[in-house]
Amino acid sequence: MKLTLALAQLNTRLGEVDSNLEKHLAFVREARQAGAELILFPELSLTGYVLQDIASAVARRPSAGDPVFKSLLEASREIDMVVGFVEEDRRYRNYIAAAYLSGGEVLHIHRKVYLPTYGIFDEKRYFAAGDSFRAFETRFGRVGMLICEDFWHASSPYCLWMDGADLMFFTSASPGRGITDEILGSAKWVETVNQTYAGLFTTFVAHTNKVGFEDGLNFFGGSTVFDPDGRLVSQAPYNDEGLTLAELDLSQIRRTRARLPVLRDERLDLTVKELSRVLGKGV
Amino acid sequence: MNIDLSINSDLVRTLLTKFIHSEITRTGLTRAVIGISGGIDSALVAFLAVEALGAENVLGVRMPYKSSSQDSLDHAQLVIDALRMPSLTIPITEMADGLIAKFPDISNMRKGNIMARCRMVTLYDQSEAFRGLVVGTGNKTEIMLGYSTLYGDGAYALNPIGDLYKAQVRQLSRAMGVPQPIIDKAPSADLWAGQTDEQELGFTYEEADRLLYLLVDQRYTPGECIEAGFAQNFVDTVVKRIRRNHFKRVMPVVAKITTRTPGYDFLYLRDWGT
Repeated sequence: MKLTLALAQLNTRLGEVDSNLEKHLAFVREARQAGAELILFPELSLTGYVLQDIASAVARRPSAGDPVFKSLLEASREIDMVVGFVEEDRRYRNYIAAAYLSGGEVLHIHRKVYLPTYGIFDEKRYFAAGDSFRAFETRFGRVGMLICEDFWHASSPYCLWMDGADLMFFTSASPGRGITDEILGSAKWVETVNQTYAGLFTTFVAHTNKVGFEDGLNFFGGSTVFDPDGRLVSQAPYNDEGLTLAELDLSQIRRTRARLPVLRDERLDLTVKELSRVLGKGV
Repeated sequence: MNIDLSINSDLVRTLLTKFIHSEITRTGLTRAVIGISGGIDSALVAFLAVEALGAENVLGVRMPYKSSSQDSLDHAQLVIDALRMPSLTIPITEMADGLIAKFPDISNMRKGNIMARCRMVTLYDQSEAFRGLVVGTGNKTEIMLGYSTLYGDGAYALNPIGDLYKAQVRQLSRAMGVPQPIIDKAPSADLWAGQTDEQELGFTYEEADRLLYLLVDQRYTPGECIEAGFAQNFVDTVVKRIRRNHFKRVMPVVAKITTRTPGYDFLYLRDWGT
């Protein structure tokens, strides 16, 4: 089975959801025309990243009752999609969230668990943290989603792996830093981490990152797809907006795992036992 | 302790031209105004801006005072000619002397600040006339040391090189083809005859870059830098300069007395809505 995936590496207008929605729909049309079955937008793709006090003004509840999601859900009858947005819950807490839309339905929402609040990041000041990592079924197989800082914690993809995810979709608004080497220092790290997870977990790992500037912060793009052997399937350019297609041969998962059965041999019970012991000791 | 100030010039060139293009066009404008002093910083910024916006969209302004050296004017002209950009020469002597003449005992420091602020007034006037944003030319070494005039050369809409140390400015300037005499000459604010930055600061940019890289970028403590061989006096001077001049790197202080105050809990990026 093959999956044609579109990495939508877009720039956003900060806090201008209607304008960003229009761009999403244009990317969706382009992806459809190119034969893509799933399109992956970056973190906070509907709003822009450094929202600060804009956050509550652009927060929404992802259902057909919301005019923005109504358009996206309509479009999802033609193509599955992952979009980034600020989710408001019933008690007015705001989360950085990614929604998987398919066939006019919201299949799953992941709320970012790890909110970086250091260096150039200040997310905890503005957002509530999610509290789960859950895989979910799609027409392409079982999927797990993480948002940016989530995947800097190795336990996050591990949980998704143990929950059955064979396709991992990561979204980021990752600013570039480090100008000495061939590529941006932060870009190199993101790629190394993505490739490592693909190889260690013998899964597909697709990642989309935003591009453009927000008050001098530059988001570097460079979106990637790695296969279960850790091989690069496709990569979008650095710093340029655009759509990049990747063809995923999903049967590679079987071939890789026949060669390297680390999933079969994984001792979840042992992991849980040891972590429970560590937790019990209050370490 | 690894001090590596080298940069990937191609990468930095791409990022900075994209930055200039993005930050100017998102405001609805397409043009830039740059004061061209004849020094390396403004030359590099002009090269970057022309690459980002096209030569016809970048106005280079020479603003000599009567004591400015002919070299400065000539070197500024080298940049303007190399880039084939529109330019103006607007002497600030009359404007500055209107104030300076009122104080016969005025210090060089005060005169220098007045000149820097006259240039700011001139550039912001051209900003409106040319419909372009003023692009700043201060580098990271100057910004960290506070070697600038508040609301003078420190006033601008955007700055592409404010996160590059002087050595990195030199490397990128070589890569972009800034004329050699400008790269080779001793850096000078040219506020009075024979002035050089390094003489006035009391240390070289090369030393300052290396120390700042450790203190700022790599978060070494002053003590660790002294242990590594930097002279205690020099480290103390730089640390003191960084702290004493921090006011130049932040917005002015507002007394917070209501429930919501700009700068404290009314927080939006400059790029809000764009």
